[in-house]
Amino acid sequence: MNRTIAIMKKEIIQILRDPLSLIIAFLMPVLLLFIFGYAISLDINNISTIVCDKDKSSQSRAFISEFNKSGYFTVIDYIDNYKDADIFIDSNKAKAAILIPEDFSENINKKIPAAVEIIVDGSDANTANIAIGYIKGVTALFSESLGGIKKTPLIDVSTRVWFNPELKSRNFIVPGLIVIVMAVISGFLTSLTMAREWERGTLEQLISTPVKNHELILGKIIPYFVIGFIDVLLALFMGVVVFGVAVKGSVILLLGLSSIFLFGGLGLGMVISIAAKSQLVANQIALVATFLPAFLLSGFMFSIDNMPRFVQAVTYFVPARYFMVISKSIFLKGSGLNVLLWETFLLTIFAAAVFIIANKKFKRTVE
Amino acid sequence: MFERILSIIKKEFIQVFRDNRMKAVIFIAPLFQLLIFGYAVNMDVKHISTAFYDMNKTYESRSLASDMTASGYFNIKYYPASYEETSQLIDQRKVICAVCVDKSFSKDIKKGARAKLMFIFDGTDSNTTMIAVSYIQSIIAKYSADITFKNIKQPPPAPLDVRLRTWYNPNLITSIYNVPGVMAMLIMIVCLLLTAMAIVREREIGTMEQIMVSPIKPLELILGKTTPFAIIALFDMLLVAVVGVNVFHVPIRGQFYILFLGACVYIASAISLGLFLSTIAKTQQQAMMSTFIIMLPAILLSGFVFPIENMPQWVQYITYLNPLRYFLVIIRGVFLKGNGFDILWPQFAALIVMGTALLTLSSLRFKKHI
Repeated sequence: MNRTIAIMKKEIIQILRDPLSLIIAFLMPVLLLFIFGYAISLDINNISTIVCDKDKSSQSRAFISEFNKSGYFTVIDYIDNYKDADIFIDSNKAKAAILIPEDFSENINKKIPAAVEIIVDGSDANTANIAIGYIKGVTALFSESLGGIKKTPLIDVSTRVWFNPELKSRNFIVPGLIVIVMAVISGFLTSLTMAREWERGTLEQLISTPVKNHELILGKIIPYFVIGFIDVLLALFMGVVVFGVAVKGSVILLLGLSSIFLFGGLGLGMVISIAAKSQLVANQIALVATFLPAFLLSGFMFSIDNMPRFVQAVTYFVPARYFMVISKSIFLKGSGLNVLLWETFLLTIFAAAVFIIANKKFKRTVE
Repeated sequence: MFERILSIIKKEFIQVFRDNRMKAVIFIAPLFQLLIFGYAVNMDVKHISTAFYDMNKTYESRSLASDMTASGYFNIKYYPASYEETSQLIDQRKVICAVCVDKSFSKDIKKGARAKLMFIFDGTDSNTTMIAVSYIQSIIAKYSADITFKNIKQPPPAPLDVRLRTWYNPNLITSIYNVPGVMAMLIMIVCLLLTAMAIVREREIGTMEQIMVSPIKPLELILGKTTPFAIIALFDMLLVAVVGVNVFHVPIRGQFYILFLGACVYIASAISLGLFLSTIAKTQQQAMMSTFIIMLPAILLSGFVFPIENMPQWVQYITYLNPLRYFLVIIRGVFLKGNGFDILWPQFAALIVMGTALLTLSSLRFKKHI
């Protein structure tokens, strides 16, 4: 116990001597929340559109204004030549082009199907997909108004969204970001500690003292645990106060389960640090093993159900995946421990396993 | 002069290749990341797991279920027998969407009264839900139009003949857009971290002093230290490009040399940024932390996943300072659109200006800090 505290003290002094890293560690959650809260939007509107209207009739203008009115399309320019559309789309100036031939209104009046050509830049498949959906909606609306059939809606659809009725993306981004911040801080900070001692040769001094493996590892983990926990509180405070996301469940439960996740993350960082023996390598491994999976494979932004089978299989080994479920459930659904038992169990197993591996991997020999 | 630069380059390469773990980090890690993330970065919403609570159990309700399945967006996994069971399925995250069909659904349709349908969504992932809601709306619109025309026994009118064309990616495959993005991101990570940490390491271990007492000049040292990483990054670029083309079937529609030149200026500016960070950081930990705090916004605000046009105007101005932003346009332009210099020159110009400015700034700072 005394020895663990001694190691802790040493580590804390080392951390405090490096204020730049400490400031960045606390700045990270704030920055991430601001970027996701203010800068990024998943909604797609203002699709830049160019129009070539060869018909120039009231009908063609009505058709174009239907696009403008939808709010999804912004007509940025009018061109006289179909070919000019190539230039606009090639150079990313426009994402869609509407080409109306001379006989547009004539055909409508004759009740012959009037042809319209619409080009969409498909390189960004996601945006294109949504744009195509909008286009179909807008053209269907226009067709209907031409058809003259007044439709009373036959089906009375009521849509209810549970847990997040206004469908605010902040409501799922804040709980998700807490997971990411913790994964980053825990993996990154600890991955360097042991590797640094190796590189500087101070590890020899450490292992010549009577300190035992688990005391050394625990003493090194605890200070970073505190930093990680402060980050969680910071992110929680920002999420609730600045972004107005309410925690429906128990904050105590959230913090308790966060501690388990944090401990596991720190343990993983420690294993990486012991295995890598150089800070450069440790850092690269930590990036691949903690940040990127937490960001991309946890179900934070990209739905796991849509991934190919083998990538889905990989996600089962990403602890952030389980904690993502826990965080979102407590935040948005107010779930209790009884619903989250399985996730909690897996996180605990993970934390215990990496701690044991770190202890076993750490050899008290000098190469 | 060249001899001295060469010997530093040699030393750097020896250092990198002596460590097997380092070799793995440089050559295997990017490949591994490309494979995993190329598949994972996918915003498509398909196969939404759905529960279908059918109180009606008639031809009408079943045809609604088959319409939903046929759309490819919904995957009906459960047919619960009660409302309680339905809500439990949502609570336990077994389904994201639940459909409740009213008892008198088919009767109401035949009478022409408003038939009742209820959809319940799990809103915890609001992005998926938003997309799912819009799918439902279009499916219902089509479904009700079908019955309307069936009821009045008249073929639907077709006054508009919309010919929709999708250029560059007619099958709308997300991966061929995202994989070039992942490549650009990986190269940035390699350049920034390797450069910043390798230089700071030398200072931290104390070997920098030994280099300083040799007759080498600061500029030679900078060139000698950064060239190996530039070569490694270029090699990685080639590696991920080959894998991207062969595994993810990303088409190369443009000239390869344009991509190569683009990669060169991009790598140069990313390495200059790494050099700049190395002048700020005193320890490798600081180098790593400061690299990360720069890299995160650079990745998020580049148009890699989140389109720049959707960001607020002031954020859009900030993205002009981001080298990744320009390279993304180049790499996607060459791969998907077959763009040439006539279209990509502003991106090249921006990267060259940015790289030169960063290199000058960091060289000046580097000299001072030695």
